[in-house]
Amino acid sequence: MSGAPILCVEHLTMRFGGLVAIDKLSFAAQRGHITALIGPNGAGKTTVFNCITGFYHPTAGMMRLEHPGGEAYLLERLLDFRIAKLARVARTFQNIRLFPGMTVLENLVVAQHNVLMKASVFTFAGLLGLGTYHRAENEAIDKARYWLDKTGLLTRADDHAGSLAYGEQRRLEIARAMCTDPVLLCLDEPAAGLNARESGELNALLRFIRQEHGTSILLIEHDMSVVMEISDHIVVLDYGVKIADGTPEEIRNDPKVIAAYLGVEDDEIEQVEAEVRT
Amino acid sequence: MRPSVSQTAGTQAVTTKLTFAGALKDAVLAALVAFGLFALMIGLHTDQGPTGALVISTRVQELGIIVGLVFAGALLRALIFGRGPVPFAKLVPAGWGDRAQRFSRFAGPLLLGIAVIWPFAFYHNRYVLDLGILILTYIMLGWGLNIVVGLAGLLDLGYVAFYAVGAYSYALLAQNFSLSFWICLPLAGILAAFWGILLGFPVLRLRGDYLAIVTLAFGEIIRLVLLNWQSFTGGPNGISSIPRPSFFGLPFNDEEDGFAAFFGLEFAPIHRIVFLFYLILVLALITNWVTQRMRRLPIGRAWEAMREDEIACRSLGINTTNTKLTAFAMGAMFGGFAGAFFATRQGFISPESFVFGESALILAIVVLGGMGSQIGVVVAAIVMLGGFELFREFEQYRMLVFGFAMVLIMIWRPRGLVATREPSLHLGKPG
Repeated sequence: MSGAPILCVEHLTMRFGGLVAIDKLSFAAQRGHITALIGPNGAGKTTVFNCITGFYHPTAGMMRLEHPGGEAYLLERLLDFRIAKLARVARTFQNIRLFPGMTVLENLVVAQHNVLMKASVFTFAGLLGLGTYHRAENEAIDKARYWLDKTGLLTRADDHAGSLAYGEQRRLEIARAMCTDPVLLCLDEPAAGLNARESGELNALLRFIRQEHGTSILLIEHDMSVVMEISDHIVVLDYGVKIADGTPEEIRNDPKVIAAYLGVEDDEIEQVEAEVRT
Repeated sequence: MRPSVSQTAGTQAVTTKLTFAGALKDAVLAALVAFGLFALMIGLHTDQGPTGALVISTRVQELGIIVGLVFAGALLRALIFGRGPVPFAKLVPAGWGDRAQRFSRFAGPLLLGIAVIWPFAFYHNRYVLDLGILILTYIMLGWGLNIVVGLAGLLDLGYVAFYAVGAYSYALLAQNFSLSFWICLPLAGILAAFWGILLGFPVLRLRGDYLAIVTLAFGEIIRLVLLNWQSFTGGPNGISSIPRPSFFGLPFNDEEDGFAAFFGLEFAPIHRIVFLFYLILVLALITNWVTQRMRRLPIGRAWEAMREDEIACRSLGINTTNTKLTAFAMGAMFGGFAGAFFATRQGFISPESFVFGESALILAIVVLGGMGSQIGVVVAAIVMLGGFELFREFEQYRMLVFGFAMVLIMIWRPRGLVATREPSLHLGKPG
């Protein structure tokens, strides 16, 4: 499964006027891995996500996404919706963005828009009520049901998405992203606001997604219990610059990371390291 | 998801009961404010004197009546409700909201049944038939605008422009090329849809207030062009003697090849009115059918998703540009159909029929009915246009009553008369 990189980010730079949010960032996410992007607040993690998913156009740099079949996409050249449609990169948002007035099931069916659009022959066949569209819609519902089952939301399928509890909304957002059949799933702080039990469930869900669906995951997270437990690889950002890159074990012991997070004097690092290990 | 009742109920806690003296004080204050407001506006009246010069007369009595009314009203209000917001929700008997929702379930077939027998029930009453046609026209316009505003969430204040495009398309095509109504109707719709897309392009990045301003301007541009392009549109004189529709080739006249003669009926001018009634009924039902159908198709769900969150839509690979343009085009197309119908019914059109007030009225129907609700549009159109007719005798106070009613409805049901949204699909029972 692993080995080849699915996403290669090279010299990614993003400037907002005089502010350099990301400075020549290069990293790679391996296929079938969970890669975590961590760093203190304001380090530029979400900006990286917005560049990868096309919501920002990077000032410079290259982002190359390779599908298992071998097709490659240069993400910096694609519009946001095309990145989701062609390159099959799905994302969730730091501040949950569901369709609150629509039902949970509808949220998941909207995510399969492009498949259904084709099945409805751009609305015309659907308008006439042809059987092919009905079959496609039933398949879409089946897929939605599958993900509702996996995220434990099956009983809430016909409720408004806005009426779900916070943790359920987070899970629904992941389910919705998975309904687009992504090769790369970008999760922006999926564990934010979750309690310990819910974080545990999230870990299990992400592992399941990686193992059963072969979807590579890119993850921004502050919750170290999530990051350290499930990540195969961690990239640490501080002020838009990569300061460390490695396995959880390596990152845990990296003095630069500890300094960036805790902002301590160099001679105190050993003491802090000891605390982090326990 | 019915915040109206609970919200207003929540504010009751703030309301405090007042003693009579306190209420009196409140009422005096209210009367003073009313006096300050109306002393100049109503108390003084300018008129043309005998010599033609402007003279000022006083209207003490009228001023006294108004201030007295405000005083009495404020006193009653303070005594009954105390200080604080009036719990309007309480004024409506409990359960009415739910009853209205339940009513809306079977209201559709009921109203359709009434519409079908309407021409027979009022066969000899041309006035009532015309009113029915008018209401149906606005229902169709409301349903068309509902696609843009209710489903796609794009606030369009210039919808009447597409109505105008449809009407002028029909009038000009029919007059210059002698095309029949049945050929012109789709052409008018296509042309209006084309203009809808044309409007759509510059406003793709705009939302909310900004979009509203641009669409408002667009509506005015179309009207001004129609008004000033004298050689093409006839300018302020409009276009007259627009061909009347025929019954699939049979004209409504008293000649040998006419509708009445063909069916062996005695000729009556009302035949045409009845035909027009059924024509607009069918057109409106087509609008409704297509909209309902589209809501259950990916494009319709994408419209609603776009209303909820455009950024999330893009993150799911939905092309929001196309989605917006189709919404504008579909809405405009039905506006164009309605316009063509309007032209053939009136036989005469001029830019005066397509002023901003029309856009506002259609938008009010959509918002009052409950954005996105098809049956809501019907109820709102009947209430508003029926209300207009009822108060026709009180011409001067019509807008006053109308405005007051609208404020009350918006307090009682801030999300419109029929606020519930029917999901486009349900998860069937497993297995």
